[in-house]
Amino acid sequence: MSPETAPKRRTWMLIALGAVVAAGVFLVTGLLTSIFERKQEAKNPYVRLVEVNDETTDPAAWGVNWSRQYDDYRRTAEPTKTRFGGSETLPAEKATEFPWLTRMFAGYAFAIDYRDRRGHAYMLQDQEQTRRVTERPQPGSCLQCHTSVIPTYRRLGNGDVFKGFETLGAMSYQAAHAEVVKTGSSNPVAGSGSPKFDRKDGAHPVSCVDCHDPRSMELRVTRPGFIRGIQALASGSSPTPHLESIERWRRGSKTVPYDPNVDASRQEMRSFVCGQCHVEYYCGPKTTLFYPWNNGLRVEQIESYYDQYKFPDGHRFYDWKHAETGTEVLKAQHPEFETWSQGVHARSGVACADCHMPYKRDGAMKVSDHWVRSPALNIARACQACHPYAETELQARIDTIQSRTHELLNRAAKALTDLMDAVAAAKKGGATDATLADALALHRKAQWRVDFVAAENSMGFHAPQETARVLAEAIDYARQGEIKARQAAKK
Amino acid sequence: MTRVRSALPLVVVILIGTLAGVGAYTFKYGEGLSYFSTDPRACKNCHVMNDQYASWSRGPHHAAARCIDCHLPHEFIPKYIAKADNGYRHSKGFTFMDFHDPIMIKPSNARTLQANCVRCHADFVHDIVRGSTTREDAVLCVHCHRGAGHGARR
Repeated sequence: MSPETAPKRRTWMLIALGAVVAAGVFLVTGLLTSIFERKQEAKNPYVRLVEVNDETTDPAAWGVNWSRQYDDYRRTAEPTKTRFGGSETLPAEKATEFPWLTRMFAGYAFAIDYRDRRGHAYMLQDQEQTRRVTERPQPGSCLQCHTSVIPTYRRLGNGDVFKGFETLGAMSYQAAHAEVVKTGSSNPVAGSGSPKFDRKDGAHPVSCVDCHDPRSMELRVTRPGFIRGIQALASGSSPTPHLESIERWRRGSKTVPYDPNVDASRQEMRSFVCGQCHVEYYCGPKTTLFYPWNNGLRVEQIESYYDQYKFPDGHRFYDWKHAETGTEVLKAQHPEFETWSQGVHARSGVACADCHMPYKRDGAMKVSDHWVRSPALNIARACQACHPYAETELQARIDTIQSRTHELLNRAAKALTDLMDAVAAAKKGGATDATLADALALHRKAQWRVDFVAAENSMGFHAPQETARVLAEAIDYARQGEIKARQAAKK
Repeated sequence: MTRVRSALPLVVVILIGTLAGVGAYTFKYGEGLSYFSTDPRACKNCHVMNDQYASWSRGPHHAAARCIDCHLPHEFIPKYIAKADNGYRHSKGFTFMDFHDPIMIKPSNARTLQANCVRCHADFVHDIVRGSTTREDAVLCVHCHRGAGHGARR
């Protein structure tokens, strides 16, 4: 080594050491900052940048404060498809998959347009555009669930939400829609020192304010129809082992009506917010929208309530007169809450949100996924938190339950259309409504059960055994009705 | 030239000192020492294990066993190997957020867990447990007793 190269080498070594230390400090400070950020996340789940209040129906205003939830909420606009639900474009007519639906709904608006579901983002737009609304008169009560409606109820009822609910429900759909647009949203004015709001015209799909208290962000229910319905359920005597707060209220003095916003547990509220709309109801126009839960939540308990119910004009309850058989039949809406109530998940204390809005991690934060969707699209978070088995195994379980229900449903529908054929043949042979009374009564019972399962959005998954029981009853009633119709034809 | 040469040790000391200082502070800020303790709260420093901590504190074993009693080997060297292995994977996962959610136990950790079930309950279960309890196809205690360590999940 020559004396000249030694210092040169030392200089290079010094530079290399400097680079190594710099890289080390770079990485360590990066880690330090990352730890700092995670600690901050855990401390401040959100920063309230703008004020929102009970009149802020525009979700974008809330999104300024709760951007994580808002980002997920907006994804409900994405098209999703599972084996038995949804589609990639404008959803197909359901009658393409189930041709018997057209016969089942003969004489009713559902026979002219009945499409598969889309995400929450479309609930208002799809209702505005369905031919059921554009071609047939519909009541304003439809908007209870398809828009962020409570401020409109408050305005029309001069502060009384329940009064506004009656008023808006009695209007035509178009008039009621115009009222909601007129109410609009109180949006916060950015940059103003004290909370200041600007009213903006417009109707929004169900948004943040419908399930959350703007002061505390706690869950709450707001829909008058649900509050009355759950009170009727609590006042009745049908056991509700999956809703402990109702059982507890029943054991108490009952001086104050059951109030879900006061009495229900947080876990129950995580189902009630969904149960505000994903239920069976009568929407009008002959009387105000109501949920038929007085006798209980099961298919025959709801049926018994409808059977004892009389419209203001004294006529017995029915949705429409069937165009083929002349039966006064019932229309099932989408009894997800009622069906879930009969299943093992409800009995184990699993709420709607546990599977449809499962928790996910965002850094150090635990966030409930506001992209509300089928759990089958999110099996890891929706199922594996409790069932630690492979996704393929869980998917296979879903497929087994749903395809069995699907087969049974088609079988029940076949029995139902056979009953309709027998009635038509008997009528052709001169049988009267009086001689066919038994067959028509059985038509009402069978169709109610077929529709209860067909309209429900889980293809049996919410309560597999209960769904199979309902379809077994449907088949039995339909075949009994077919026999009665044939006997009437021979008379 | 001699001036540069005499300043060299000082520069080296400052450079390495800076790294050591920043490193030590990060270690302290990240509560590095807590990972040498037996306190279950150390396992939820980063909040990812909040659910597991909460369900353990409501579960039947909370009075009898802490996290490490079930989830780490009890012998000194295997214990520190497991600590280093899990510590590395957890820090990497949490820093880059690239882990499976919900978190699930790894096969090697499941074997440790099984060995710890048997460690305490051997007297009760020696009639049931035949041959290996840690083989791939062996039935693990927690297959049925899922709620033993972690009770209500939420």
